[in-house]
Amino acid sequence: MWMKVALFATCLVDNFYPHVAESMVRILNHCGVEVEFPEAQTCCGQPAFNSGYQEQARVVGRTLLDAFGNYEYVVSPSGSCTGMIHHYYPYLFDSNPGLAGHARELVTKTYEFSQFLVNILGVTDLGAQFAHTVTYHPSCHGSRLLGVKQEPLELLARVRDLNLVELPHAQDCCGFGGAFAVKMSEISTAMATEKADWVTETGAEVLVGTDMGCLMNIGGRMRHMGRPVRVMHLAELLLEGMEQGSGVRG
Amino acid sequence: MSAGAKDRTSVIERSHAALQDDFLRAAVRFTTDRLKDRKHGATEELGRWEEWRERGREIRAHTVSHLDYYLRRFVDNARAAGAEIHFASDAQEASAAVLGVVHAKQAQLVAKSKSMVSEEIHINRRLEEQNVRVVETDLGEYIIQLANEMPSHIIIPAIHKTREQIKDLFTRDGGQNLGTDTKALVTFARRKLRETFLTADIGMTGCNFGVAESGSVVLFTNEGNADMVSALPKTHIVVMGMERVLPTFADLEVMANLLPRSATGQKVITYMSVITGPRRAQERCGPEELHIVILDNGRSSQLGDDEFRDVLHCIRCGACLNVCPVYRHIGGHAYGSVYPGPIGAVLTPLLLQGEEFADLPNASSLCGACYEACPVKIPLHDMLVALRRRAAGGPRTKRAERAAWRGYALAFAKPGRYRLVTRMARLAQTPLQHDGYIESTWGPLMGWTNSRHAPALAPESFRDRFSRMKQDVRTIKSDPQ
Repeated sequence: MWMKVALFATCLVDNFYPHVAESMVRILNHCGVEVEFPEAQTCCGQPAFNSGYQEQARVVGRTLLDAFGNYEYVVSPSGSCTGMIHHYYPYLFDSNPGLAGHARELVTKTYEFSQFLVNILGVTDLGAQFAHTVTYHPSCHGSRLLGVKQEPLELLARVRDLNLVELPHAQDCCGFGGAFAVKMSEISTAMATEKADWVTETGAEVLVGTDMGCLMNIGGRMRHMGRPVRVMHLAELLLEGMEQGSGVRG
Repeated sequence: MSAGAKDRTSVIERSHAALQDDFLRAAVRFTTDRLKDRKHGATEELGRWEEWRERGREIRAHTVSHLDYYLRRFVDNARAAGAEIHFASDAQEASAAVLGVVHAKQAQLVAKSKSMVSEEIHINRRLEEQNVRVVETDLGEYIIQLANEMPSHIIIPAIHKTREQIKDLFTRDGGQNLGTDTKALVTFARRKLRETFLTADIGMTGCNFGVAESGSVVLFTNEGNADMVSALPKTHIVVMGMERVLPTFADLEVMANLLPRSATGQKVITYMSVITGPRRAQERCGPEELHIVILDNGRSSQLGDDEFRDVLHCIRCGACLNVCPVYRHIGGHAYGSVYPGPIGAVLTPLLLQGEEFADLPNASSLCGACYEACPVKIPLHDMLVALRRRAAGGPRTKRAERAAWRGYALAFAKPGRYRLVTRMARLAQTPLQHDGYIESTWGPLMGWTNSRHAPALAPESFRDRFSRMKQDVRTIKSDPQ
């Protein structure tokens, strides 16, 4: 098996968390997948779209249509940005006959990372080993808009020595919500505080997720509260586990 | 309307007050958690919940898209059964219709059962202005009336009140030596309310559903108070939103499965009353006159609006409130109008133009829990975005906000500019960062940095790093396992 995919890094990972995208590349390589990074991509436009500025979202989102036109698969480290494409791109580009078709096509070939591994590659066991207590926060857009619920858990279930503890009220939003976190700061902080309290209650050493926006929010809140927890994207955890376990040697 | 609305406060200011109130937050958390758990149990037990939701959506969508036909049928059949129909285009006309009946009957006391639409037209205030006494007979509404407040939840109006606060309210209302024991409190309320049922001149209710095929008004309660209010006084006034219609009793059966499960996690509502016309000659109870006030109050403009027509599907179950993480922390009053939670954040700015409601669509992280919980699948999160779009760039948005999004579009529309801008930001942050985090709590992002550490931009972006990465693609014969 050999395939080539395009990586949609998302603006957040590109600028703040490059190691997350790098971990994805390593894991995909390990699964026999070559990764390309089309430089025309910037951002999916979601920050502007959710704030009501759709024209601005459209001009930015267009960079993705330009970047990924020639690829069979597009893979992203974010359920939220993937959800933006799936849920809103057909609507956003509907009025432009030249782009509407491209937008619909992008929907059919764009996958969130765990979704791509489990559903397209059929991989759940990466030979990883990670001897830590971990709790998982299911991000709202990934799980609700995109319907990625089981995939991250299936991947975590196959990591040896990993002690997964359930996060109470896991499905409650962490309060990120993009511009919401700044605009409605106090409400957002109350939500993040409750999430942080539940994470602390699990006693987990590591909080894992599939969206760096949410993880930046929860991790940033916990650090501010003086209760830092190690925050990891699923791809980082899996790669670190593969280096510990048999994965990379296999 | 709440004091907050009168003061023209924003949702930010109102929620600030709510967030300082630990009693309120604990009470809301406790009750919404319980309702959520019970709903989960009740829907699991029923099975095929997603199919039930879809059926519910279909019924509401069909009815709303043929509302002129079904409303006409409902009205014709209700008239044939002896009801008198009053159409009201707004709150003022609805109040006038109610007051017209009240004056004709020279009524002194009106007994009400719980009704959101009557809250919407503020009928209690209108009646009190005319020196007519109004008593709410739903226990939660009774508590709220004694406290002189608005309901803070569609189904559980006094969700924010603690047992201690209720004891104090009842004691002030004439209860002697009441403890916080549930039985003592309920006994007191029951005694007071029974007097009301027996002496009221007029009974007033809302309408959960109007069945078009028979012209019947259907009421759902758990306390049976709507039965009392609609059967004992000589005159019964129903106030119903014009969208409350269902075509047939078969449709009602679907709603009778969806509504109580979604609202409180009950398999079945305790009392469901179907009222078709006033008392007939051979009947021994029921009112002599039945008046039905059908209220538009902005609904027909939603009907003509493709983006918001689905909001008329709402069956007022409150499930979206129980799952909403924003409602969970700020409670109902912070929304500033009679409809709180996600449904309120959509409905209120559509119904009311006031500045104090303009910010409501922003009071959501767009997590989508409301849509997932809605028994008739109203896409509330999409509607919140649509409301933001209608407000964007308008006079109520800040100049800095408009400039920020213009700047974003300018910088992020071209990869070359994006690279330049992010490189410049990397340089600019140098004096502010420490150990991978930005330490400054000043500037446009202080809403974030006041309560959260902000990560610094990585020393090198992924796109810069990628060009040097060597990929070692493993060749796999068949399956990567």
